[in-house]
Amino acid sequence: MSIYYIHQSQKRCIGCRACEIHCKTENDVPVGPRFCAIVPVGPKVVENVPRMNFIFMPCFHCENPWCVSACPTGAMQKRAKDGIVFVEPSLCVGCKSCITACPWGVPQWNRDTGRVFKCDYCRHRVDEGLEPACVTGCTTKALKWITPDMASLDKREKFAREIAENLPY
Amino acid sequence: MKKFVYTTCEMCTGRCPLMVEVLDGEVKHIWGNPHVQGGQQCCPRGAAAKALLSDNERPQHPLIRDGERGSGKWRQASWDEAYDYIADRLKTAKEKYGAKSILLSDRGGPMTEFERTFLAAIGSPNYFNHHATCSNSVHNAHMSIAGHARNSVDYDYENCKYMVLFGRNIYESIKTTEAKTVMDMQEAGGKMVCVDVRWNYTAAKSDKFFIIRPGTDYALTLALIHQIIKDNLYDPDFVNRWVLGFDEIKRFTIPYTPEWAEKETGIPAKEIIRIAHEAGEAKPAVIFHPGWMTSWFSNDYYLRRAIYTLNALMGSYETKGGIYINKKPGEVGLKYRTLIGQIPKVKEERFDGVGTKFPHLSDQWGLAQMLPHAILNEDPYPIKAYIVMRHDPLASLPDPDLMKKAFAKLDLLVSIDINYSETGWFSDVILPESTFLERTDHVYVRSGSGLTPHLTLIRQAVKPRFDTKGRGEIFKALADRMGVGQFFPYNSPEELVAWQLEGSGYTIESFDATGVIEPSKEQIWYDRKDGIKFNTPSGKIELISSMLEKHNIPSFIPYESPPKPAEGSFRLVTSKVAVHTQGRTTANIGILNELYSENHLWMNTEEARKLGISDGDTVEVSVEGYAKKIGAKLTDHIHPEVVFMLHGFGDTVPLRTKSFGKGVSDIRLQRGLLKTAVGGNCPLTECVVAVKKTAA
Ligand code: SF4
Ligand code: SF4
Ligand code: SF4
Repeated sequence: MSIYYIHQSQKRCIGCRACEIHCKTENDVPVGPRFCAIVPVGPKVVENVPRMNFIFMPCFHCENPWCVSACPTGAMQKRAKDGIVFVEPSLCVGCKSCITACPWGVPQWNRDTGRVFKCDYCRHRVDEGLEPACVTGCTTKALKWITPDMASLDKREKFAREIAENLPY
Repeated sequence: MKKFVYTTCEMCTGRCPLMVEVLDGEVKHIWGNPHVQGGQQCCPRGAAAKALLSDNERPQHPLIRDGERGSGKWRQASWDEAYDYIADRLKTAKEKYGAKSILLSDRGGPMTEFERTFLAAIGSPNYFNHHATCSNSVHNAHMSIAGHARNSVDYDYENCKYMVLFGRNIYESIKTTEAKTVMDMQEAGGKMVCVDVRWNYTAAKSDKFFIIRPGTDYALTLALIHQIIKDNLYDPDFVNRWVLGFDEIKRFTIPYTPEWAEKETGIPAKEIIRIAHEAGEAKPAVIFHPGWMTSWFSNDYYLRRAIYTLNALMGSYETKGGIYINKKPGEVGLKYRTLIGQIPKVKEERFDGVGTKFPHLSDQWGLAQMLPHAILNEDPYPIKAYIVMRHDPLASLPDPDLMKKAFAKLDLLVSIDINYSETGWFSDVILPESTFLERTDHVYVRSGSGLTPHLTLIRQAVKPRFDTKGRGEIFKALADRMGVGQFFPYNSPEELVAWQLEGSGYTIESFDATGVIEPSKEQIWYDRKDGIKFNTPSGKIELISSMLEKHNIPSFIPYESPPKPAEGSFRLVTSKVAVHTQGRTTANIGILNELYSENHLWMNTEEARKLGISDGDTVEVSVEGYAKKIGAKLTDHIHPEVVFMLHGFGDTVPLRTKSFGKGVSDIRLQRGLLKTAVGGNCPLTECVVAVKKTAA
């Protein structure tokens, strides 16, 4: 896994898909392929209210990326400094092995170039000290750009608070 | 080189503050303006404005009709030729029939000054906008009860503790900052109750959701008023000081008990009582949201008045977490000039009956639905020319065929738009406007800036891609030809801004750093004891409206139960999703179109089963012999009397290849509903359609 992580608050996400549009706009992704996708799941009735989940699916930038192992030309690479997985277009021959290999079908086919392209956590922005476009543009601030350590800490803190609330004194 | 240009979004009518990232003269990205919003968040439509800019399927130069109206035959014209063509016909109309024979409509909102100034300058009173199918009833209701326009108040969501939504789909019909702030409110523990005829994403995020029988919201509000008064849950200080007609409303609502309302609405009496009590506990930080896309029923006016009554009872005016009156720039010592402010109001009789036939309605937004009647019957006088400024009556009002018949009688129909609208397709001349990324408009007061009034504008980020022009240039050129050029005292947008800000101590550069001129960040709240400015004759909230009484119109009316549609028939309800506007701006944008290119008919699973309809089947939806095929989607979470489809589909303009012919147009099904209800709205939800299974 890269040193970064995009955390999505299910509570805050309203399924508006601004994240998808910001991603397309920032990375000039044409109609068809999607670097990230919101997958709406539901409704499921919980205490009389039909609830929704909107699952945000970018690339996970795996620690041992299936896509990189499957790539015969070395086009799919993992960046040493931070673990961002990206495609070097000049090396991609369009064999689509990575699309097959990735368990979540993350790499996308670019019809215009006959090559694969994919979410690279907007590394051009990250390198400028900015956050990925989907995170910056998210309508309700449901997405957070954090390190996995922070994600873990956040979760533990939230859990601890909940436990504390229910503890009898 | 990278630079940031601060501007205002024009993808929908929300007009969010934007920050455009420009890289080497090209738009790289469109973000929310962080200086105003506290972050760069921006809804999908705003973010897709870059795709609008690069879209080639929009008018690229002036076009003059070269065949029958609506034949789609055009010839390219120069701007001068197009201006002359229009001005010649306007002059003829004015000479023969008077300036009032010329009409102009737009989408409404804060950037309407050029067209309103032009119309007033040539001497016509006939400005109106699209609100007949949107906010008219809520607007007119608030004018009668508080003396304020619908949008001269706003909501302090951030501090709200309890909000009740009557069909206001806050998380799908989104305005960026509103959606974000309501989410903040929920995260901070504020409770949200959603009342709607169908489940939607707002319902999914609410603490409580009730499916209400369509047309019975008024029963719910009456029962809430009843219970709030009965159990002393109102704010007595506020009511004593600011509310007229409390005793009358108390008496009037005595029969409307929660138990009675349960039978009408389908919402359990104990839940109605609970809402009354929860609101009472949270008051005054309570919002009963009156909505705005509220063209529902003929009695809509009284529902909206009742919703505002609930707010008045809660004392939620001018309090943290409630409704506040938008403060004016003058209150922070900010002086600026407007074009429209230089012209006296035209006092002639209006074409739409506002002020005559409809003495109680506001002329601010007018009555678009009166168009065919006025044109076809020359009532009250002949209408000869109509300029449609980024408004599309043929795609947004019921009975487009009748509308076309009326338009055929005009000597001139002009469309000024960034898109090919359906009305544009039927007009004589299309003047292509530059998109908001390509032009600078006038300075205006940002709506939603009411606690810390500030000025902003639409500001050019890049040069126009095609031979298009800004509205400031277009109306100045037309005004020059009509001999009223003196009302447009500028030769460029920069000169106009300089003229507007002359003597204010500010210049156009004052917008460079943050996009706004905001003298103070300190919020202004009027004194709740003596300082609230209600613009009614009494200066108070008038539950019994002196204005209405004067015109012999009742201030409240007895509830009437709406008829149940016959077997196999349903009420057609429409709304929006986050990726599309109600207008035509987004439908043909590829990256938005691919998310929603077609609408479906949502219906109740059980009702569908009775008709032998399964999920995904093709159904025929019809009204009075007009029938369309559409895919059915089934859900348990919609009232059995309702079917639902998204508004804005069924595009008939062939040049818009992505949206052309996709989906079904709701307005074509809303037959015979081009009416003026007592609130000035079209009663769109009185549309009843028959649904049956059919071959694909
Ligand atoms: S493309 Fe798939 S396999 Fe490769 S890093 Fe992303 S999620 Fe992992
Ligand atoms: S990180 Fe960048 S490339 Fe990846 S999904 Fe988000 S916007 Fe798209
Ligand atoms: S932009 Fe934010 S709120 Fe909207 S769908 Fe994406 S993650 Fe959810």
